Amino acid sequence: MLKTLHAKKKTQLILGLMMGFIFGFLLQKGGVAKYDVILGQLLLKDFTVIKIMLSAVVIGMIGIYAMKEVGLVQLHPKPGSIGMTLFGGLIFGIGFALLGYCPGTISAAIGQGNLDALLGGLIGILIGSGIFAHLYPNLEGILKKGWFGEITIPEYLKVNPWVVIVTLCLLIISFFYWLESIGL
Amino acid sequence: MEFLTLKIWSPYLVGAGIGILSWFTFLLSNKPIGCSTAFSRTSGMIEQAFTGRSVKDMPYYKKFPAVVDWEWMLVLGIIIGSMVSAMISGEFQLRLIPSLWMARFGLSFFLRFITALSGGIVIGIGARWAGGCTSGHGISGTMQLAVSSWIAAILFFISGILTAQLLFFRIGG
Repeated sequence: MLKTLHAKKKTQLILGLMMGFIFGFLLQKGGVAKYDVILGQLLLKDFTVIKIMLSAVVIGMIGIYAMKEVGLVQLHPKPGSIGMTLFGGLIFGIGFALLGYCPGTISAAIGQGNLDALLGGLIGILIGSGIFAHLYPNLEGILKKGWFGEITIPEYLKVNPWVVIVTLCLLIISFFYWLESIGL
Repeated sequence: MEFLTLKIWSPYLVGAGIGILSWFTFLLSNKPIGCSTAFSRTSGMIEQAFTGRSVKDMPYYKKFPAVVDWEWMLVLGIIIGSMVSAMISGEFQLRLIPSLWMARFGLSFFLRFITALSGGIVIGIGARWAGGCTSGHGISGTMQLAVSSWIAAILFFISGILTAQLLFFRIGG
């Protein structure tokens, strides 16, 4: 039944729009559509961004791995390599700090009326993506260096996924307690 | 329903909400939440419109065609969802310069515009290079326990933190 739903193109576009609506609503309510909150995180003065991301990871991974166990969902881990993930991650971070939004939060920032996001950042991201698409044929060599593919942490460690999930949950919850205890 | 008009919700609650939303994107759409590829597709569509030449033979757009897909609609939904949230809580306001920026770098919109534009170009390249952004890697990839996403997400923040410190304490100080 789910497979039939996944194959319905128009229904999926509407579902995408509805899910995006909820995502955008949550991002705005969380305050992460604001430059000040994102830069506050990067300047280590406001931990809202990390709190939201890690709470989503805790709740998300429990549900998704539970549904995977009973065959309801499939995982879609992204591939990676040293050349791709390392350089891409470092480049992304520089842009993240200069812009003060990321591709998801900039969409929410545009929605709440931030004109630096609409007139500067959005156009920049479109130009940057276009530059990459043109450079791509020349970059394939670097991107494939140190290829490790679509592997997950439990596959890499050859352990039951729940060992990783429980460990991460405990680490993240302890981190939250620590953050709250020092008033961040 | 009064909570819908509150200006701010607890970050833990918002995060849990995004986690639950992810269950449904996997279940109903067989997709993780992600945003940056939609920008790449849009960029291809705009290039096509301006040059009048199809980009569909470019190797990158063969992998990620310049068309409206589920994720593109998701990004459109984010804009609308955020707008509705901001409007019903009285937070919607056209603002040229964020206040933290203004406190450090002053009132010039041109300076903020140029920095946002260059930051956008760099983040656009970086997201494509890494194969995802703070959503696709940072939230969806990490919750699937993908090795690539944990490395990428940690590097987004290490590099972002260093750049922000440099920007605010060296240049802006």
